Amino acid sequence: MKHYLILPAFILIFNFASAQNKLYSSNKSEFSFFSKAPLEDIEAKNTRANSIINLSNGEIVVRIPISQFQFNNKLMQQHFNENYMESEKYPYASFKGRIIEELDWSKPGVYSVNANGTLNIHGVDQYRKLSGKLTVGEKSMLLETMFEVILIDHKIDIPKLVFKKIAEKIEVKANISYAPYLK
Amino acid sequence: MRKIFLLLNLLLPLTAFAQEDLMKLVSDSNEVFVRTATFKATRIINGHSVETVGKNNMDFIISHRFDRINRGFEEFFGLDAATNRLGLEYGLNDRFMVGLGRSSFQKTFDYFAKYKLIRQTTGSGSTPISVTLFGGYAIRSQKTTPQLSGYDRSSYTAQFLIARKFSEAFSLQLSPTLIHRNRADVFTDNKTVIATGIGGRMKLTKRTSINGEYNYVLPNQIDDNYNNNLSFSFDLETGGHVFQLLFTNSFGMTERQFVTETDGSWGSGDIHFGFNISRTFSFEKKSRLKP
Repeated sequence: MKHYLILPAFILIFNFASAQNKLYSSNKSEFSFFSKAPLEDIEAKNTRANSIINLSNGEIVVRIPISQFQFNNKLMQQHFNENYMESEKYPYASFKGRIIEELDWSKPGVYSVNANGTLNIHGVDQYRKLSGKLTVGEKSMLLETMFEVILIDHKIDIPKLVFKKIAEKIEVKANISYAPYLK
Repeated sequence: MRKIFLLLNLLLPLTAFAQEDLMKLVSDSNEVFVRTATFKATRIINGHSVETVGKNNMDFIISHRFDRINRGFEEFFGLDAATNRLGLEYGLNDRFMVGLGRSSFQKTFDYFAKYKLIRQTTGSGSTPISVTLFGGYAIRSQKTTPQLSGYDRSSYTAQFLIARKFSEAFSLQLSPTLIHRNRADVFTDNKTVIATGIGGRMKLTKRTSINGEYNYVLPNQIDDNYNNNLSFSFDLETGGHVFQLLFTNSFGMTERQFVTETDGSWGSGDIHFGFNISRTFSFEKKSRLKP
């Protein structure tokens, strides 16, 4: 009877290993946004986001620590965290989705990709379709994307007093480079 | 039996990675982040908080202390007379800042530097407190008879500012303080005075908070006519400004004045209404953001 167990064990290990090989994780990322405002432009950059893509099924997850957005004006940064994003209550924004296109990951090139999934910002889920450009190289990938966040959709309140200073829509730009996942 | 195993083998690849597992993989459990905004401003009320001005940011602070409320209607509850302090503070980097100020009270100039030694962090193996070092020098320039030398009009302050942000809303600070005056106004006073400040803030809403501050002078150092400084404030922050509306028993706004030379007493109504308004400007180059 024992030998019946050897085959499944083998396959289990093999499957696990191959699944691991098909995971790509971010080794460098940059999220930024810019908003034109009459007094002072609002812009910030975050290099602490993490992401993983599973090549076998196109699944992608991204996790962004809100408190790590760096502003030039530190008071603005404080307001961003304390007043708008409430980053102590909602420390991360995330995206969980799946790349729609069937890509041949083994072929280097530039692909336009779309992903359906859930964007969570400020604790509020929004079902979104995000699009971007994916540059596939040998054992590396670069994902460039740009998407809009409508503040009301995520229940981010802007007080009337400062309404003119902050746009209702914020355009977020992201560049994430990936390498095979190791652990 | 064999069939079941074969079936299992076929199913295994499908179950390999669910999305939640991916989420777990990207969640780095060793992430350590600095906890920010222990206090809204670089002052709790009179005394300094652990906060420093950000890199290449400048704070302009306008402070007023009106006369005592118990002056009555004749003096419009103290509002007829006021002292002020104008201050500029600049962050050389995200930990180190310098500042200077000029108070109308005793025509005092003050200069100081602050350094964030330890920053409170969140995450595994986190640092529980923030510690900021403060050093200051102040000189009175008001003419007196007899005229005192510059040396005699000078004083020095050193502080350890130790604070913890307990929750989003509640922060507490202890400020062991050493103040040296080259010449005390009351000649029986100690020239070097040891004191400790305790201050806290409680947020009411996202933009408002109530602050309290008490500066305790250890006994037998200064004249009995001096009182410990006690202050309360309501902080309101709008866009680039922080407004602090406050009540205190001290006229002066430099450490020597409010820690060692407060002569007002809350009990007899020697309370001053006042405010601090701070406005932040950023001189950080835009190129820091654009690649």
